[in-house]
Amino acid sequence: MANNPQDIDTGSWLRPAGILPPLLAGALFVWFATMIPPIAALDTLRFVWNWVPSLGINLSFFIDGLSLTFSLLISGIGILVFLYASKYMQGHVHFARFMLFIVLFMLSMLGLVLADNLLTLFVFWELTTITSYLLIGFEHTISKARRNALQALLVTGTGGLALLAGFILIGTVAETFELSEIRAQGSVLIDSTLYLPILILFLAGTFTKSAQFPMHFWLPNAMAAPTPVSAYLHSATMVKAGIYLMARMHPSLGGTEVWLWTLTVFGAVTAVFASVLALKQTDLKQALAYTTLMALGTLTLFLAGDVSYAITAAMTFLLVHCFYKAALFLVVGIIDHETGTRDIHMLGGLARAMPVTCLAAGLAALSMAGFPPFLGFIGKELKYAGALAMQSEPYLVAGAVLVSNALMFAVAGIVSFSPFWRRHLAEGLTAHEAPWQMLAGPLILAACGAVFGIYPSLAAEILVNPGVVAIAGSDVKTHELKLWEGINPPLILSLATFVLGVLIYNFHRRLREWITGVAQHLISFDRGWDQVLEGLKGFAIWQTQIVQSGYLRRYLFLIFFTLSIGLAGMIWWRGPILPTLEWPMLLVKHWVVIVLIVAGSMLTLTTSSRVAAIAGLGAAGIGVALIFIIFGAPDVAITQLLVDTLVVVLFASAALKLPFLEPTGRKLRRPLDAILALSVGTIISLIMLIVTDGPVDRSLTTYFEEASWTEAFGRNIVNVILVDFRALDTFGEIAVVVIAALGAYAILKGRQTA
Amino acid sequence: MKSIILLAATRLVMALLLIFSVFMLLRGHNTPGGGFIGGLIGTTGFIIYAISRGTLMARKALRIPPERIAMAGFAIALFAALIPAFLGDGFFVGQWIFIGGTETEKGLPISSVLVFDIGVYLVVMGSILTLCLALEEEVD
Repeated sequence: MANNPQDIDTGSWLRPAGILPPLLAGALFVWFATMIPPIAALDTLRFVWNWVPSLGINLSFFIDGLSLTFSLLISGIGILVFLYASKYMQGHVHFARFMLFIVLFMLSMLGLVLADNLLTLFVFWELTTITSYLLIGFEHTISKARRNALQALLVTGTGGLALLAGFILIGTVAETFELSEIRAQGSVLIDSTLYLPILILFLAGTFTKSAQFPMHFWLPNAMAAPTPVSAYLHSATMVKAGIYLMARMHPSLGGTEVWLWTLTVFGAVTAVFASVLALKQTDLKQALAYTTLMALGTLTLFLAGDVSYAITAAMTFLLVHCFYKAALFLVVGIIDHETGTRDIHMLGGLARAMPVTCLAAGLAALSMAGFPPFLGFIGKELKYAGALAMQSEPYLVAGAVLVSNALMFAVAGIVSFSPFWRRHLAEGLTAHEAPWQMLAGPLILAACGAVFGIYPSLAAEILVNPGVVAIAGSDVKTHELKLWEGINPPLILSLATFVLGVLIYNFHRRLREWITGVAQHLISFDRGWDQVLEGLKGFAIWQTQIVQSGYLRRYLFLIFFTLSIGLAGMIWWRGPILPTLEWPMLLVKHWVVIVLIVAGSMLTLTTSSRVAAIAGLGAAGIGVALIFIIFGAPDVAITQLLVDTLVVVLFASAALKLPFLEPTGRKLRRPLDAILALSVGTIISLIMLIVTDGPVDRSLTTYFEEASWTEAFGRNIVNVILVDFRALDTFGEIAVVVIAALGAYAILKGRQTA
Repeated sequence: MKSIILLAATRLVMALLLIFSVFMLLRGHNTPGGGFIGGLIGTTGFIIYAISRGTLMARKALRIPPERIAMAGFAIALFAALIPAFLGDGFFVGQWIFIGGTETEKGLPISSVLVFDIGVYLVVMGSILTLCLALEEEVD
């Protein structure tokens, strides 16, 4: 079992790799905590460093209620998860690597929520995708883990590309990439004609990242990662990145009919669909994964409108979900770690063996099920209040929320009641309590749900209200979080939830069979994904067989054919300007060059000896070099001569291995080649004539001639351009040269050993 | 290939080519030459050597594997690009020192641009030698 690294137990958790990550997260958490007072007073902070100022890309960071709430959650949960992981992954061969990846993820995620510049944000967004890929595929010897990691990478990566396109559109419309400036512009994006494309691209990015239906399938598969990763990335933080971004752009993109209905429909469908499927799962981790989907759907749903109740509900539920879901994932990790299974059918009676784990699970589950006095109860009440206040179909939304909440209630029971209190453990399994490092996380997180539930004003002041103001604007009335609001529609709906939840829990086994039966007849998105990939691969193979024949001749033919078509098209498009031809005065040296080139080419064309052909080409090359000398470009001429020499040497050493020159295959080939060669020659000549016919813009040449000596202290303009004015280009070129040489070397040497 | 004339000539020619390549490299900023051309000339020297005495001897004469020369050259070029960045200037902005320069005399110019050109020289030489020597050995 990949999740059981204890059989190779070496080293203590008190190693740098084990102890530094929680300390780092702790330091960050404290740092963010010092920012609570100004942010709670609805102030904002901004840090800016120039990065690529010419493109408007800055390393700018913006801290307001929304980003601070996320930062506190990311660093705070980070402490607990890292501590947990230091014990959970202890003794794993790649322990340090795991810790490195997960810390990198935390830093990327913090960068994502703090970034003020859209492009900076995008860089961090992609970094979270990459670290997520590395972590899902961490057990890289298991093919399923690799496959699921790749799936997550491709789905979220594709969304990321759409998002980048959306960001660029936003940047062109708003003429800035700074989020704070875009927000200050009000409804510029909404009034723009590009609003719809921007919204589609933007939502494509956020929906894939936050696993909205129908792009949800990667999230349950991401559970192939070690449990700390599932708790941290795939429930508490990374999957919320899309939610964060939708909340962040809510003032700039939200408030329209399209936004309202798209988010309502996708959110509601995801929430209900996922909570029904959650009931079907028998793997504890999978069940939790589907409830995470449900939570993401609900959050999307509540970000649809711009009524303050809905936004408050979203922010509160975000908190609630982070606390109980991370706690429950960690609990499942403990169960898995200590008993060796996550199968519901195998587990039971764990309460006696693992009392502390049981306590943490119980607290978290009560919050999840929405019992008072937990924060989950307040969250649920607010959800109902928010649903009833929605501008879209309030009853439909409330219905969706009711169904998904009741199902959550049942899943909470399945995940944290059944394994501990029901039946007995399957035979052959033993259970014992986890070490304190693994218990701290779930206990503290679950306790947070209770503490904030009992003192809701604490959560409201520090975390919820500044966030709500950041999303909806400071003129919005924030709602006090209360446990008891009197008898009102939300309370009645809450009671209905409990009744429905208990019913579902009691009949969940029969329901599971029924859902499993129905689900077999439905389309599986996961399998669909595989088919799409297979199709893509098939297409790639098909087109490779056509384009990449493996014959150098055919490649050359294709390259020159494309070149001539493109150039001819350009000439035709520009209008056929016939250059004025004037027979120039030819001196003897010109004649020598002409004869050299023509004779060399003719020899190459007619000879049947390879050596003669090469010599002919060399002669033509020397002729070209002479042209450069005659027209005053000695550098180019020297280079041409040297390259020609080296090509002959290279060719001489390769010639022995080459097949015979005699044409094989079809008879038509030679005439075809001749036609192509003639047309390329004619077209290039035509273009040269057209170019030299018109007046030549010499401003660049003049600039280099003047600046070369005064600015770069060099008289050889060609060289000064190469190493000074255009040094970056040269740098790129030598990089290509090195890579090409190493590549060729690897191919040649690799063949020798093989 | 055993040819006494070639063997005797290569010793001279190779030495001349190598000196000439450095000469071309250094004069490049003001007169035709530079790292690219210098590198090509130096390569020719070693290739002639390899043709007359075999690639093994050429590799011995090089002392360092050519692919490493190429990578070292690339590192040197990158370093030259970073020098101005350390001095608070933009990436790739040429830095100049004139040793012994007075008001009338320019002195001996040393620059990050020259370092970059040396990098180019080594990249060209290393890369092409990597290719040529590997190809020759493939044939043998």
